[in-house]
Amino acid sequence: MIKIDYQICDLCGTCISVCPVDCMILDEIRLYINEKTCTECELCIRVCPFGALSKTSQKESRNED
Amino acid sequence: MKTEYDVVVVGAGPAGSMAARYAAEKGASVVLLERDREIGVPVRCAEATSLPGLRKYVEIRDHWRAVIATKLRFVAPDSNAVTVDSPEKSIVLNRRIFDHDLAADAARQGAEVYTKANVTDVLFSDNKLPIVKLTYIGREKEITAKIVIAADGVESRIARMAGIRTQTKFEDTEPCAQMLIEDIEIVPDRLDFYFGSELAPGGYVWVFPKSDRSANVGLGFNAALSNGKTALQLLEKFVADKFPNGKILTTVAGGVPVANTLKKIVTDNFMVVGDAARQVNPLSGGGILSGMAAGQIAGQVAAQAIQNGDYSQKILNAYQKEWKKRIGQEHDKYFRFKEYVVNMKDQDFNDLADILLKIEPSEISVLTVFKVAVRKKPSLIIDAIKLFSRQALNA
Repeated sequence: MIKIDYQICDLCGTCISVCPVDCMILDEIRLYINEKTCTECELCIRVCPFGALSKTSQKESRNED
Repeated sequence: MKTEYDVVVVGAGPAGSMAARYAAEKGASVVLLERDREIGVPVRCAEATSLPGLRKYVEIRDHWRAVIATKLRFVAPDSNAVTVDSPEKSIVLNRRIFDHDLAADAARQGAEVYTKANVTDVLFSDNKLPIVKLTYIGREKEITAKIVIAADGVESRIARMAGIRTQTKFEDTEPCAQMLIEDIEIVPDRLDFYFGSELAPGGYVWVFPKSDRSANVGLGFNAALSNGKTALQLLEKFVADKFPNGKILTTVAGGVPVANTLKKIVTDNFMVVGDAARQVNPLSGGGILSGMAAGQIAGQVAAQAIQNGDYSQKILNAYQKEWKKRIGQEHDKYFRFKEYVVNMKDQDFNDLADILLKIEPSEISVLTVFKVAVRKKPSLIIDAIKLFSRQALNA
């Protein structure tokens, strides 16, 4: 799954523009990824200007933290 | 906030504020919704644009202007630099004030403006008006709109709700990082562009002065060519090399769609403008003027549609047609240039600078730079001449 480092994410929305399955959503304060529809294509990781996204195998908390 | 408006505009950047202003000016009831707590902040933009170009859309106020630049300098990977007179004077804006004022202009024409207003969904259905769902300072709201204008920037999710596929190709989406750097030696009337695969592969680094001792310094690049380096890593390296004693006052991420404009920018009860419509100049990455143009046209078309009581795609198509005529066709040419420039090697840039430095400086124009740059692909030279003659005629 794709992990978001919230301390790095700058809420710029660049990842959303390339997400082929539209599984990323931004609100006033936070980026969310819908794990059910995410295909882990990793385009968001490659396009993130600050490197806030990474792939992890662990079931780390993301939306619920 | 009411529950019904003629026009709902999502996003209060220049494109959205222009759309709201021009729709309201002709009597439509308009609401402009901005997700962030403040309009114009953070600044995700290099802030430079053409001075005469901007004058076409708005009367320029003194406090928008950081500097006026008359020269452009292109720096090749081997550090050879070519300085040319800018074909048009450039203005480096204070975007946080500029954006604020454009929204205020919309408000003065009668548009309601709300910040911390986050649109979460837009429900489109046949024979019914769209319903905009949002949270406003945490409270859930619903607005029925006759026309929705999406100006939600690079992420462009609102148009997807209208059934338009807005996803840009990975290689047509440039990651960007920028810093505001104080207390540095710069030339205040010159915009600097640095090229090279180490600095910003497939893109460029900009150093745009904000005063006599500060600059907006940033870069955008093609992520397919960067070997996993991030925009921030590339920018930190550039700044450490170039401005080791500079004071970094802000660091901001961003993304620019350097793509062709969406094939479809209207549907029933809906228009999309600005970065969200992929209306950025794909070569320069500049989107202020094209966004303002699109917003102005869309706002006018929306107001007319409201007056006539017909918000169908057939009517709103006037916006798409006018956009294509005024700017869209040029963007197709710029896109072809971009595709060419992205593939230029460091040696090509060095050769280009070598050739230009042998030409008498007074003989060099931006058109010369283009012509020499694309000498290996003569078909583009014709495009360059067409673009620049058209620009000269417009100015």
